[in-house]
Amino acid sequence: MYSTTGIEASNYVSTYNTAFYFIAGVSLLLLFGLTIAMLYFVFRYNKKRNPVATQIEGNTILEITWTIIPVLLALFMFHLGWAGWKPTTKPPKDAMNITVIARMWSFLFVYENGKQSPDLIVPLNTPVKVNLVSLDVIHSLFIPEFRIKSDIVPGRQKFMWFMPEMEGKYKIFCAEYCGLQHSYMHSTVNVMSQEKFKVWFAESAKPIAVAGNAPGAVGEAIMRAQGCFACHTPDGTKLIGPSYLNLFGSQQVVIRDSKEVTVTVDPEYVKRSILDPNADITKGFPSNLMQSYRSTLSDDDILKIIEYLKTLNDK
Amino acid sequence: MITQNSNEEPSYLDYKGKYKGIFGWILSTDHKRIGLLYLFSIMSFFVIGATIGLLMKFELIAPGKTIITAQTYNAFFTLHGIIMIFAVVIPGLPAVFGNFLLPIMIGAKDVAFPRLNLLSWYFYVTGVTLVLISQFTGQGPPDTGWTFYAPYSFRTTGNMLPAVFGAFVLGFSSILTGLNFLVTIHRLRAPGMTWLKMPLFPWTLYATGWVQLLATPIIGITLLMIAAERVLHIGFFDPTLGGDPLLYQHLFWTYSHPAVYIMILPAMGAISEIIPTFCHKTIFGYNFIVASSIAIAFVGYFIWGHHMFTSGMSGTALYTFSLLTFIVAIPSAIKVFNWISTMHKASIDLQTPFYWAVGFLFVFMIGGFSGLVLGSLATDIHLHNTHFVVAHFHFIVFGGTGYAFFGAMHYWYPKITGKMYDSRWANIGLIIFFTGFITLYGAMFFLGMKGMPRRYYDYDEIFHTGNIISSLGAMVMYFGLAVIIINLVASLKNGRKAPSDPWGGKTLEWTIPSPPPVENFNEIPVITKGPYNYK
Repeated sequence: MYSTTGIEASNYVSTYNTAFYFIAGVSLLLLFGLTIAMLYFVFRYNKKRNPVATQIEGNTILEITWTIIPVLLALFMFHLGWAGWKPTTKPPKDAMNITVIARMWSFLFVYENGKQSPDLIVPLNTPVKVNLVSLDVIHSLFIPEFRIKSDIVPGRQKFMWFMPEMEGKYKIFCAEYCGLQHSYMHSTVNVMSQEKFKVWFAESAKPIAVAGNAPGAVGEAIMRAQGCFACHTPDGTKLIGPSYLNLFGSQQVVIRDSKEVTVTVDPEYVKRSILDPNADITKGFPSNLMQSYRSTLSDDDILKIIEYLKTLNDK
Repeated sequence: MITQNSNEEPSYLDYKGKYKGIFGWILSTDHKRIGLLYLFSIMSFFVIGATIGLLMKFELIAPGKTIITAQTYNAFFTLHGIIMIFAVVIPGLPAVFGNFLLPIMIGAKDVAFPRLNLLSWYFYVTGVTLVLISQFTGQGPPDTGWTFYAPYSFRTTGNMLPAVFGAFVLGFSSILTGLNFLVTIHRLRAPGMTWLKMPLFPWTLYATGWVQLLATPIIGITLLMIAAERVLHIGFFDPTLGGDPLLYQHLFWTYSHPAVYIMILPAMGAISEIIPTFCHKTIFGYNFIVASSIAIAFVGYFIWGHHMFTSGMSGTALYTFSLLTFIVAIPSAIKVFNWISTMHKASIDLQTPFYWAVGFLFVFMIGGFSGLVLGSLATDIHLHNTHFVVAHFHFIVFGGTGYAFFGAMHYWYPKITGKMYDSRWANIGLIIFFTGFITLYGAMFFLGMKGMPRRYYDYDEIFHTGNIISSLGAMVMYFGLAVIIINLVASLKNGRKAPSDPWGGKTLEWTIPSPPPVENFNEIPVITKGPYNYK
C-alpha cells in the first residue's frame, strides 16, 4: 500500500486520497485498456493472420473525440489537485505558532514560550502553523503521514500548517538535498492528546527537559537538541567537523584569516566556536558549513556544553 | 566528378577523403560520419552513467553503508545526472539519428551547414569535458546534484562557474545543431516534398530545433548572472548577498524543462517511423501527429514551474503551472492514440524494432500517467522530491527516450552499418532489459508513495523491501543492456550483409544502398506521394 499505516493522520490525507485515487484509478484504467488494445492488434493483425493491411489515413471524428475527452478528464484532475491544495494556503487564525529552525543537518522546533525541542510535539486536533526558517541552505520539511511538505528557503518567510488528527509518532524527513548528511536529517512529530500536551508544554521553561543528574547530562541533552552530533562525534570518529573526544583543553591548529594559528580549547574558544563558527576553522576541515547558534543558545547553555565536553576527556 | 553509377560510388564508410584514419572521421563534414562520432561519444558516456547508476543501486540494497560512503554516493548521483542529462539524452536522438538520417529522409546530400555541424560536435566534446573537469578540480568531489541548486552549490565547491560554462558550451552545440536542422528542413527538402509530405521524424526534429534555438540561450543569461554574483558580488541567487535562491530555480528550469522536450520529441519521431514500417500501413492521423509535435514544443516553454510546487511560489503561479502541465499531456495522449490506431487492420511484421516501439508505448504511458499525479497540486505536495519523481522521470527519459533510441538503433542499424544484427539475441536482450527496467523503476513508485525522499544515501527500515526489489531490477536491467550492446557490436563483424530495404520501409533512406554512398543520392528524388505510401 502507498501509506505506511493507512490512517488519516492529518487534515490533508482525505483530500490527497481523493485526488490520488481518482487520477491513479483513471490512469490505470486507461493504461490497461490501451495496452490490451495494443496487444490485441499485435496478435490479431499479425502478418500471418492478416497478410494484407487495410490502408486507413485517419478519422477526424475519432481525433476530436480523443482530444476532448482527455481535456475534460485533465481539467477535472487539475480541479481535484487544486481543491486539495487550496486549504494549505489558509491557516486558521487561532493556529498554534511553532518555528522550525533548519540547518545542516538538524531541525529544531521553537515554541512561543521559548521551549525548544528536536522533535515536533503537537496537540491533537489543534491547527499548527510552522514558520519555516533556514540558517544555511534550502531544506524541506516533509511529513509523509500528513501528506505535507514545504521547502525551507533561506532569506524567505514561509510557513506550513496542518491539523493533526490522530495520536502517534510519525517520521519527518528533509526532502531537499542539503549535502553530506542529508539522509540523516530527520526527526519525529509526536501528536499528543491536548491534556498531555499541556503538561509537556508547561513542564519546564528550560530549553530541554533532562533525565538524569550525571555530570554533563544537561549539556549533552542541549547538544542533542541542537543537532551538534550530526557533524561532531563524542567518540573520535571524524565526520565533517572535529570530534569532541579529548578536545577540551587541547591545543589545536586553526585557520584564522588565512593564517595558521595554534589555540588552546578553553571556555572562551568554545564560546567563539559556537557563536562565530567561521572565525577559526580547525585545520583540515571545510569552512562556511556551520552557522552561528546565537539565536538558540544562551551563555548558560554554553556553560552546560563546556561541562559536558569536560566529561569526554580521558581520565 | 563522382561517377553517375550508384553501384560504383563508395559508401560513406569506405570513402577515402583528404584525411586518413581517425582524421578521416574527426575532420569529416559528412553528416553520416558526424552522426557516428556522436553515437560513439554518447554510447561511451551512457555506459559510464549506467555503471554509476548500478553502483548506486548496490549501495541502496540495504540501509547503512553497503559499499560506498555518503560522500561517494552524493558524488555518484551528481555525476550520473550530469552525464546522463547533458552528455547522453539531450544530444541523444537528434545528434545521432538526426544527423545521420535527416538529410537522407528529406532527399538532401547533406545538412545546410556541414562545417558548422562538425563544429557542433567539437562544442559537445569540449562542453562535456569542461563540466567533468569542473567537478573534479574543486575543493572536493562533486556533490550538488545535477540541478546545482543555490545556495548549496555556491557553498560547497568553488566550481559553479566552470560547470555552468561547460553547460553553456554544450548549449552552443545544441543551438547550432538546432539551427542547422531548421535551415536544412526549410531549404533542402527534395522537389515535391511539401511540408505535409515530410516524414514524421524530420517533423519532430523541426519542432525540437525551435526549442533548442529559443530555450537554450537562457543558460547563457544564467551564466552571466552567476559570473556577476561570484566576481562582482551582485546578489542574484545567494541570500547572504541579498539574492533569491528561487530565481536560480526559475532560470534553471526555464531551460531544463523545455530540454525535456528536446529529449522526447525526436524519440516520438523515431517511433512514428518504426510503427508504419512494420505495420506495412500508412500512419493513422498524420496531420494530428504533426500538430501535436508543434503543440508540445510550444506549450513546453510554459510549464517549468511544476518543478517548484513546494518551493514557495505565489498561489496564482502554482495553479497556472499546474493547469498548463495538464494541458501539455493532451498532445502526447493524441500521439499514443494514433500510434495504437495505426496497428488496427495492419499487417504486422514482428521484428526487434517493433518490439521496442511496443515497449516504448507501454513505459511511456506509465511515465505520462504518473506525470498527471505529479502535475496535480495536492498530490505533488506529498510526492515531490521523493522516489516517485525519480521513477516518473526515468520512465519518461529512459523509458521514452531510451527505448526509442534503442528502437531507432535496431531500426536503422542495417542502413548505418550495412549489416544485419542477430535478431534472436536482440530480442532476448530486450526481454531481460524490459523485465529489469519495470522492476527497478516500478518499485521506486511505491517507495515514493511511502515517503522515501530522493538523493538518500541511507534510509529507514520501512523502505528496505522496496529497495531490495529495485536493486535486483537494476542488476537484471544492466545485464540486459550488456546483451543488447554486445550483440550490436558483434554483429558488425558477424552480421550478414544488409539489403537496401530490409524492413519494407517507404521513406527515402530505404531507397538508397546500405550503407549509403557519400553523397546519399545520385539524383535528387522528386516526391509525389506522402511518406508512408503502402498502396
